[in-house]
Amino acid sequence: MRVRTATSALHPTVVLWTAVGLVGYALLPWYGLDSNLFTLSWLLDGYPLDDDVAPALFLVLQGDKLWLAPIGPLLLAPLLLWGRRKSDPFFGYLLIAVGATGVAYFLLQGFGIGLRGFQWQWLTSLFGELDDRQFGMGWGALLVGCAFLFLFTLGLAARGAVAGDEFVAASIGFVVAVVAIFIFMPISQMLGSALLTQEGDYSLPVFLAKLSSDRLWSLGCLTGGPRCGVAWNSLLLAVLVGVTTTALGLVFALVVTRTGFRYGALLRALTVLPIITPPFVIGLAIILLFGLSGAINLGFAELIGVQPTRWVYGLPGLLIAQVLAFTPIAFLAMIGVVEGVSPSMEEAAQTLRANRWQTFITVSLPLMRPGLANAFLLGFIESMADFGNPLVLGGNFDVLSTEIFFAIVGAQYEQAQAAILALVLLFFTLGAFYAQRFWLGKKSYTTVSGKGDAGVHPHLPAMLRNVVFAVAAVWTLFTLLIYVTIFYGSFVKLWGVDFSLTFEHYVTAFSIGWNEFGIHWRGSAWSSFWTTMEIAMISAPLTAAIGLLTAYLLVRQDFAGKDTFEFATMLSFAIPGTVIGVSYVIAFNVPPIELTGTGIILVLSFIFRNMPVGVRAGVASMSQIDRSLDESSLTLGANSWQTFRKVVLPLLRPAILAALVYSFVRAMTAISAIIFLVSAQYDMSTSYIVGRVENNEYGVAIAYSAVLIGVMLAVIGLMQFAVGSRMIGRRGLDGDLAQSRTNVSQAVVARPQPAISGGG
Amino acid sequence: MAEIRGNAASVEFRNVTKIYGKSKAPAVNDISLFIEAGKLVTLLGPSGCGKTTTLRMIAGLEMVTSGQILIGGADVTRLPATDRDVSMVFQSYALFPHMTVTQNVEYGLGFSGFGRKETGERARAGLELVGLSNFGDRLPSQLSGGQQQRVAVARALVLEPQVLLFDEPLSNLDAKLRRRVREEIREIQQKLGLTVVYVTHDQEEALAVSDRIIVMNNAVIAQDGTPRDLYEQPANAFVADFIGEANMFQCEVVSVEGDSATVHLGPAVLKLPARGRKPGPAKLAARPSRLEIGEPNAPGALPGTLEKVTYVGSHLEFVIATEFGEVFVVSPDVDTAFGAGQPVSIGFPKRGPVLITD
Repeated sequence: MRVRTATSALHPTVVLWTAVGLVGYALLPWYGLDSNLFTLSWLLDGYPLDDDVAPALFLVLQGDKLWLAPIGPLLLAPLLLWGRRKSDPFFGYLLIAVGATGVAYFLLQGFGIGLRGFQWQWLTSLFGELDDRQFGMGWGALLVGCAFLFLFTLGLAARGAVAGDEFVAASIGFVVAVVAIFIFMPISQMLGSALLTQEGDYSLPVFLAKLSSDRLWSLGCLTGGPRCGVAWNSLLLAVLVGVTTTALGLVFALVVTRTGFRYGALLRALTVLPIITPPFVIGLAIILLFGLSGAINLGFAELIGVQPTRWVYGLPGLLIAQVLAFTPIAFLAMIGVVEGVSPSMEEAAQTLRANRWQTFITVSLPLMRPGLANAFLLGFIESMADFGNPLVLGGNFDVLSTEIFFAIVGAQYEQAQAAILALVLLFFTLGAFYAQRFWLGKKSYTTVSGKGDAGVHPHLPAMLRNVVFAVAAVWTLFTLLIYVTIFYGSFVKLWGVDFSLTFEHYVTAFSIGWNEFGIHWRGSAWSSFWTTMEIAMISAPLTAAIGLLTAYLLVRQDFAGKDTFEFATMLSFAIPGTVIGVSYVIAFNVPPIELTGTGIILVLSFIFRNMPVGVRAGVASMSQIDRSLDESSLTLGANSWQTFRKVVLPLLRPAILAALVYSFVRAMTAISAIIFLVSAQYDMSTSYIVGRVENNEYGVAIAYSAVLIGVMLAVIGLMQFAVGSRMIGRRGLDGDLAQSRTNVSQAVVARPQPAISGGG
Repeated sequence: MAEIRGNAASVEFRNVTKIYGKSKAPAVNDISLFIEAGKLVTLLGPSGCGKTTTLRMIAGLEMVTSGQILIGGADVTRLPATDRDVSMVFQSYALFPHMTVTQNVEYGLGFSGFGRKETGERARAGLELVGLSNFGDRLPSQLSGGQQQRVAVARALVLEPQVLLFDEPLSNLDAKLRRRVREEIREIQQKLGLTVVYVTHDQEEALAVSDRIIVMNNAVIAQDGTPRDLYEQPANAFVADFIGEANMFQCEVVSVEGDSATVHLGPAVLKLPARGRKPGPAKLAARPSRLEIGEPNAPGALPGTLEKVTYVGSHLEFVIATEFGEVFVVSPDVDTAFGAGQPVSIGFPKRGPVLITD
């Protein structure tokens, strides 16, 4: 007999969240602190009576911030459930009422009352002028908000939502809440501020005028004018990059799968490079090679006896740099699909008298459509969002992402202008996202069904094979050249002027000294380097956790509104980093959530930038795990949290590791979002490097980049080692996993392919 | 040494309906049934008939759209799987591939409040019950299909559930093993007095293991009875045809006296149990082995022409053309010589043919 714990008078989950809420309300400082909560220095700053560190309860008791008063009784309301069981309708309804009222009131007071009293006209007209104000919320507020949210989801579960499962209901509530707060709220705040004029009024005509300005949409360059609008520039570049990277990605996928090429593993290894390379580093190398004092440019000019030109700055250089940087991403998006086309489809076509060409054109290529669409979308979005390359290589060819940057950090702080530009950028990427879905439609491209699909992929026709080989070879050589240049360049004294070798740059950036306190990190780069490591280490596990939790909900749970939920989480993947950056600056600079200048905002931006990667990795491997495993765990008496922890998570270990390392690496290479969010205290490696480039300190910038690449190579190597040894462990015990009747197909054990990459 | 005991409870459905998502057609339509404690009851039917949905609703893996489910007399309609005292053996066995056999068997015990020592003892007892005492340290992938199946049974049994559910447990085994494993399941069930609900689409399997069979078709119960009832007295054409083979005849009930009906079938006149029929056109089902092949023009028999004779070793199979269409007859008498085209007659013995509804 399954032993049931004796029913306590009050449901344990109710006790937990009521207690959490009360701690937040009565013990912890309600508003944000200047210092870290965990240093406890706030206890000495007049706690609990001083306004800055007082808990809500003490504020109210002192007659301050009286709008916080109703929250207290509301938090005590769940105690009315004393002695009631979860199946009692009153239990569910009361919690739903308390939770919903609590969350609503909490948000209302947070957004309604800000630095200048009431934020909204109607509140003023209702209650009169308020001569008090409040700052950003702190830990106390955070706990109270969580308490209301989870009491609400518990109430829903008690009323039978998601089959009465508390854990699933709470998880859905949590993911919806954080996505709403950290993706949709900033984006809509940004939308709002796009309507703001310099004087602080909302004005549609001004907005429309700005939106349709020549700066954005001029077609001057076609009619001989000086330049085209930035929107057109961005679009042109993104389409070119998307098409080129997709074509190259297809070429590489074909080389690996359909030519009998023996060094496929080597090619795959090459694809790791751009993942660990901050994207603008390629741009730097291009400058070293083709810039005004670039080695190849100089040599070539000398050869034919003309002045070296600045031809590479602008569209040509950007195109080269982005194609080099993003082709491997396209390859990763293509390879799975190209391998996935069932060989028996192609063999069937051949037995139906199609020759190799006809087979390729009529069967293989159409079946690769999802891969093509995906690769194009990735290239398009990455190019749109790329910030580093246009900054170092753009010349007069302005694009949206840099334009946004200069609107924020330029001579005048034009928040509305940045918001409008970001909107246009968002419009393009979401448009591409929609176009992709529309193009793929509802057709099924799945060709691999079940196990045991024998047969091999036919080889390409000889001519096509030669072309493919040639293209791949050129690209590979060029990539190698780029990396050799970076490595070599970091030792050159002054590129283009003095090619003598030196360690000077490394010393400047990374010298270590000793003083009376021990090691002294003397180099200029150490501060940003350690910050980056710290932020990346914190955000990686959080990203993986949220991503996998979301994947679990998407793959394993059915609930109302799941389609919308899925669309929303996937949508965040189409939002460029630049847009996230700008919207965070706009949204989190003012109460109720004041985060700019902290490390938290960096962590948050990484989590929500990289979450789709975790979701994809999780969805991919979770779909491989038979659902009956979860169900049998449930019928054996485990609840869904225990099932998730004991069955799903262990089987997902490779995916977890991949997601972890992936978000870690992305956090170290990202630039587009964080360039807006870094502060003096929290500077990141990439923004530090870009800063050096802007100061023309190329040597230090390149040396630093080389170090970053080395560090990340080490991290990736460790990951390969960890996952790889596990694979041997599993297989070693049992000759061939595919032969045995386990419920986990091989794909789980195989290392999941990274789905998206590049810092952007 | 711990001992695994039965803990049987009854299962009751009251007007249960299940509709998936937005689909209009119910997967299970207004079903009421009662399963006594300690019985092995099979849900039998073609794929898509709603039998697996019914099973999953007992487990709590699917929630009813309307109606009530009671286990051991207690209403469990709203309880999720975790909180029901029910274990299930899955078609795919669903052994956790990252845990050893022992860890798999101990898994559920860990959530049931047993101490470490007792958990270990019970798991050992469970493995002993299924004859796998020495396999505790293996991974599921190192076991054969039959062994995996037994681990899945042990894992479910050690929890001493009120109800044990089997979802097509034999479908991944080869034919020889199937017979042995089903006998083992039946043996354990009877030894421990378990309530078992068993889903299969294999009618022979169902006849062999069950105390009672519930035949389902198109989301409703087609017939509910003992294996013998179902085979010998099918209630309708679907059951007659689904369980074993049956010849169907259109006939005429001319009169009903008490329980006995007089039925005209061509020249033949039969006295059969009325089973609630009224005079008028009716339908008759007869098993091939319950028909007798005889001399042409035998009195009270149906005349026909022999179309095909097949010798299959243990018996002869006949296809006979009659005014009611082709009739399939099986005869154990393999010594009499027959030839195609020969006129014969089909005789109806007293027991065998039954009146059915459509």
